[in-house]
Amino acid sequence: MRHSTSRRAVLAAGLVVAASPLAKPAIAQGAPLRIGVITTLSGPGGYLGADARDALQLAAEMDGGRLGGVPVQFVVEDDALRPAQGKQIAERFLRNERIRLFTGVIFSNVLGAVVPDILDADGIYVSCNAGPSNFAGRECRRNYFVVSWQNDNLHESAGALANIMGYQRVFILAPNYQAGRDALTGFKRLFRGTITNEVYTRLDQTDYAAEMAQIRAARPDAVYHFHPGGLGIAFIRQYAQAGLLGTIPQVLPSPSMDVVTLAAVGDAAEGVDVSSHWNSDFDNAESRRFVEAFRRRYNRTPTYYAQQAYDTALAIGAALRGAGGSVNDTEAFRTAMLRADFPSTRGKFRFGPNQHPIQDWYALKVERVSGQLALVTKRKILENHSDAYAASCRV
Amino acid sequence: MTLLLEQLLNGVQLGVTLFLLGSGLTLIFGIMGVINLAHGSLYMIGAFAAAFVAAETGSVFLALLGGLVAAGLTGMAIEFVVLRRLYARDHLDQVLATFGLILFFNQGMVILFGRQPIFVALPPFLSGAVEILPGVPYPVYRLLIIVLGLLVAVGLWFLIQRTRIGALVRAGATNREMVRALGVDIRLLYTLVFGLGALLAGFAGVMAGPVYSVNVGMGEQILILTFVVVVIGGVGSIRGAMYGALLVGVVDTILRAYVPGLLRAVMDASQADMLGAGLASMGVYLLMALVLLLKPRGLFPAHA
Repeated sequence: MRHSTSRRAVLAAGLVVAASPLAKPAIAQGAPLRIGVITTLSGPGGYLGADARDALQLAAEMDGGRLGGVPVQFVVEDDALRPAQGKQIAERFLRNERIRLFTGVIFSNVLGAVVPDILDADGIYVSCNAGPSNFAGRECRRNYFVVSWQNDNLHESAGALANIMGYQRVFILAPNYQAGRDALTGFKRLFRGTITNEVYTRLDQTDYAAEMAQIRAARPDAVYHFHPGGLGIAFIRQYAQAGLLGTIPQVLPSPSMDVVTLAAVGDAAEGVDVSSHWNSDFDNAESRRFVEAFRRRYNRTPTYYAQQAYDTALAIGAALRGAGGSVNDTEAFRTAMLRADFPSTRGKFRFGPNQHPIQDWYALKVERVSGQLALVTKRKILENHSDAYAASCRV
Repeated sequence: MTLLLEQLLNGVQLGVTLFLLGSGLTLIFGIMGVINLAHGSLYMIGAFAAAFVAAETGSVFLALLGGLVAAGLTGMAIEFVVLRRLYARDHLDQVLATFGLILFFNQGMVILFGRQPIFVALPPFLSGAVEILPGVPYPVYRLLIIVLGLLVAVGLWFLIQRTRIGALVRAGATNREMVRALGVDIRLLYTLVFGLGALLAGFAGVMAGPVYSVNVGMGEQILILTFVVVVIGGVGSIRGAMYGALLVGVVDTILRAYVPGLLRAVMDASQADMLGAGLASMGVYLLMALVLLLKPRGLFPAHA
């Protein structure tokens, strides 16, 4: 009895200390602004978050540890692609670390768990990847900005590309989670042919043998699949092992074929058609500067996850500059953010009425460039493309 | 028809992988009474070691050997260092300790190999597909997995049913106390059984590497299905693990392949696909519930 009482006393004392403002160092004048980065660093999607984190840090380093003239510090944590874990990190960042500004989430299901908590606590979230449909329309929020794209866009552009390629019958697959459902909806929105099969895989699936057999039986003109990170690598390798590569072409959104996927898949990727909003060969000053700096700093070619995070950092910098260097006045921050007064690696960039981007989409192809396989930009598919949900957003 | 055959082969291939994991798990639980959550880690270690050796030497056989040795040695080390202290404790302690081992091994692999998934290239003679029937090509490597898995099953059957060690293992699974009372060195038997289980898990990992990606956390993905196999088959029974694994493998694959198609007949296509995907991933758990309802101790309980 005595034992349990004393333990309770110790716990209570601990709680009091943790809750008191004394436990945290007071934010001194001139201390860097801390930005919470909740991202996926482990598992098959681990390299996506690593690229985003590295690009955020690079953007700050290139400006002497500042964004928009404000010294910043990124506080990075791994959500392991688990929504519950992301939510816990967000709560800790908000309550214990007193962080107000967040970015980093890669997967839409994690975003769905993390963002409402942040916004309800009067924080700001700037997305560098996930842009799920459920936050783009009626449920859009004032302090939620997406610098990457609305999820459906990736797949609308792939659907438009399939039209251009003249495919009539397409077999489509995506994992059964928010972004996967957005993917198939998006593809079907612009694709004019018929869908032979529509298959939802699992987000933790590693073996696609059953799907390969279905694809072979359906004999489509082309296969479209959305499988980000390691999922895509496994899918395309098994596609090759099943002997489908030579017979049925693929039309892919950029998450299914980034530079890491390309390196892992190897020769099997040659000739694959991809749609994207950016590629490392883009010919504009900011993109060249970014790609060169990223390669020099990390000794690898940036994926578009890195590019989006870099743009996100620049967007945050522009907003901070416009808001007088702080996030305390969220309305001033919002006004400055929506001006999008930064040189985007995409060339041109602006926000639509739902605070998601309006941008151009391009067709890429995997080709040999001086003996090495690389993604090569071919043509513009969609111009000033917004999303289907913008009209229903009232902020 | 040919599609069904191909899907059945896919199911058997998944089943064989699950059997390699499940047989070790069921032996360890049946004989030693230990719930080993770290079994998936041994699978991961086998896969990583084989990928590493393959990348360094380019030899398939050295890679296989490397994976087996690494998993086997790690298994025996786990038994010697950690589990020995836990036999007398209750299951909760064992679960906590082996869960800790999962975290330990996952983080260890992150430190050694990083978070990026590793991809193992297949040697040319194993990549590509053969026609098993006219018009039905099937990947050579997946056929190899099936054949090797079945060979291992036959080998295990021989070991368990026809050798002295096997007799002790069977006796241990049926009545642990009696074996101990008869003066058998139960400690040695435990280390041996654990090592064997680890070896099989490592073998499954080695085989899985070139098909899936080798990444930290791969063990937990498959561990859950493995537990379903063990529960369905009956704890402690190799025969049960075999039937359970094939059943789970085939049911999981067939449901994934056919349920959305069947639902499409009665509802809107995209809804059918979404619901079908959900039902298919629930399928094996429903199967487990059904088996437990009819035979609460599994299909082939070892402790009769």
